[in-house]
Amino acid sequence: MTEDVNKNDRYIVPEKSVKEAQDELIDQFSMFDEWLDKYEYLIDLGKNLNAYPETDKTDDKLIQGCQSRVWLDYKIENGRIYFIADSDAIITKGIISMLVSVYSGRTPKEIEGDDFSFIDKIGLKENLSPTRANGLVSMIGTIRAVAKENDLLLNN
Amino acid sequence: MTAKEVRTSFPELSVSVYGKKLVYFDNAATSQRPQSVIDKWVELSSEKNSNIHRAVHKIAESATDEFESTRDSVQKFIGARHREEIIFTSGTTASINLVAFSFGEAFVKEGDEVIVSEEEHHSNIVPWQMMCERKGAVLKVLPVDDEGHLEVEKLEGLINERTRILAVAQISNVLGIINPVKKIVGICHSKGVPVLVDGAQGIVHEGMDVSDVDCDFYAFSGHKIYAAPGVGVLYGKKEWLDLMPPYMGGGEMIGHVRFSGTTYAPLPEKFEAGTQNLAGVPTLKPAIEMANLLNNSELKHYSEEIAQFLSGALASNPLVHLYGLPRGEEKKIPLFSFIVEGAHHEDLALILDKMGVAVRSGQMCAEPIMDRYKVTGMLRASLAPYNTMEEAVYFVECLNKAIKMLR
Repeated sequence: MTEDVNKNDRYIVPEKSVKEAQDELIDQFSMFDEWLDKYEYLIDLGKNLNAYPETDKTDDKLIQGCQSRVWLDYKIENGRIYFIADSDAIITKGIISMLVSVYSGRTPKEIEGDDFSFIDKIGLKENLSPTRANGLVSMIGTIRAVAKENDLLLNN
Repeated sequence: MTAKEVRTSFPELSVSVYGKKLVYFDNAATSQRPQSVIDKWVELSSEKNSNIHRAVHKIAESATDEFESTRDSVQKFIGARHREEIIFTSGTTASINLVAFSFGEAFVKEGDEVIVSEEEHHSNIVPWQMMCERKGAVLKVLPVDDEGHLEVEKLEGLINERTRILAVAQISNVLGIINPVKKIVGICHSKGVPVLVDGAQGIVHEGMDVSDVDCDFYAFSGHKIYAAPGVGVLYGKKEWLDLMPPYMGGGEMIGHVRFSGTTYAPLPEKFEAGTQNLAGVPTLKPAIEMANLLNNSELKHYSEEIAQFLSGALASNPLVHLYGLPRGEEKKIPLFSFIVEGAHHEDLALILDKMGVAVRSGQMCAEPIMDRYKVTGMLRASLAPYNTMEEAVYFVECLNKAIKMLR
């Protein structure tokens, strides 16, 4: 029963648009002056990320190019892509959690139509070390690739 | 001379990051450069920039003098018998690749064996693996125990009549324990096996006397001993180097070039193909002077006090697990690799960075030793003689704060 509730929860259609969800995060981050506060926030996001099944932490779900391990998986429900993700590093988990909160439950077209520039507006990329910034670029690349692949599948 | 006085010679040490004073604890990755080294680079670039060993004009002569007198300084610094035993390369990695290739070509055949240790940097594993693959040889591994000591007692059992060479770090870049390389060389030589010592971490902390240790090859990088990046040294015994074919062709490494065949230059030019790092190599001279200056008892004593404080502070934290624990007479350089239970090394490094503390996180180019301890990576604080007790205290405070944030 509990499982079913979670399941339904996970596949709801997001109330906010991609843009609204992004603006909310930009606002949230603009409130912090100190980088450590931004990290605290990311850590919280990371801790609250939906559970990712241990058994699905397989190499084929790993995003290449991250210093820490990041797993990303998805399901298609009613033409929408539902992402789940995890990382063994909590700040990275916070970052991927942010991406999941914005892009999960969207149609492939919605994701493809977005330019992901909110990441720059948050000021995250330039403040990460190059290795970590590459990791972020890889995460975005994977989300985009999933959208593109499923756009083709769903429309054929 | 105190550490605080020394610091004024290193411009990078007074920069701020994110509005905080930089605490540079990533010296094992690269050391900071003193003004004298920077000045030498500028001098070579603005007053003596000419290709070496070739033209007869004045600045070519000055540049050649700078380059060749550096060879003399390095020879003296590591106690080599002949100046032509000093080969300039681009770094430790290039030095080891040179030996793995040229020694392999000359002396390794199918079914032969090469030994490396389990705690080696990738740069002292991969070149040997590549050579073994090319030659159909077998790579064997000298293991490391739970506390981070080479299991030297197992060495004799690994050596047989097919063993051609052994490569080992003077000091591991993860564990920091000073390895008994002289003893290892003794064991290997008694079986007729030559030894390459990777001095990337050792040279700046312990120096090296190749005549005393009697290793056959010694490799180190300039940038880890205050010199410019892209500069490296390979010491090789003349007996070996003479018998090894060149690694790369072209430039000053030739005797005569005919389409019917080419002869090679004598040592050391035989192994110095192409235009050399003529602005970088001479920075080794002021770098060696700095290393000698910092190698005094007052600074050593201070550095040991800091190391004791740090190992005490880290060991007393039940969440911290340190790797590389010296025992008995063993000595360790001020390098601390550890994991923190419940806090990822990358998260810790990221938070410390924002507090102005530069440390290393990850696998540190040594995946096999990470696998040995079943960790995905570690956090490493590595100090130099210019680091202070105040910095060490600040680092511990920041680390504790970071742990609290993450758990």
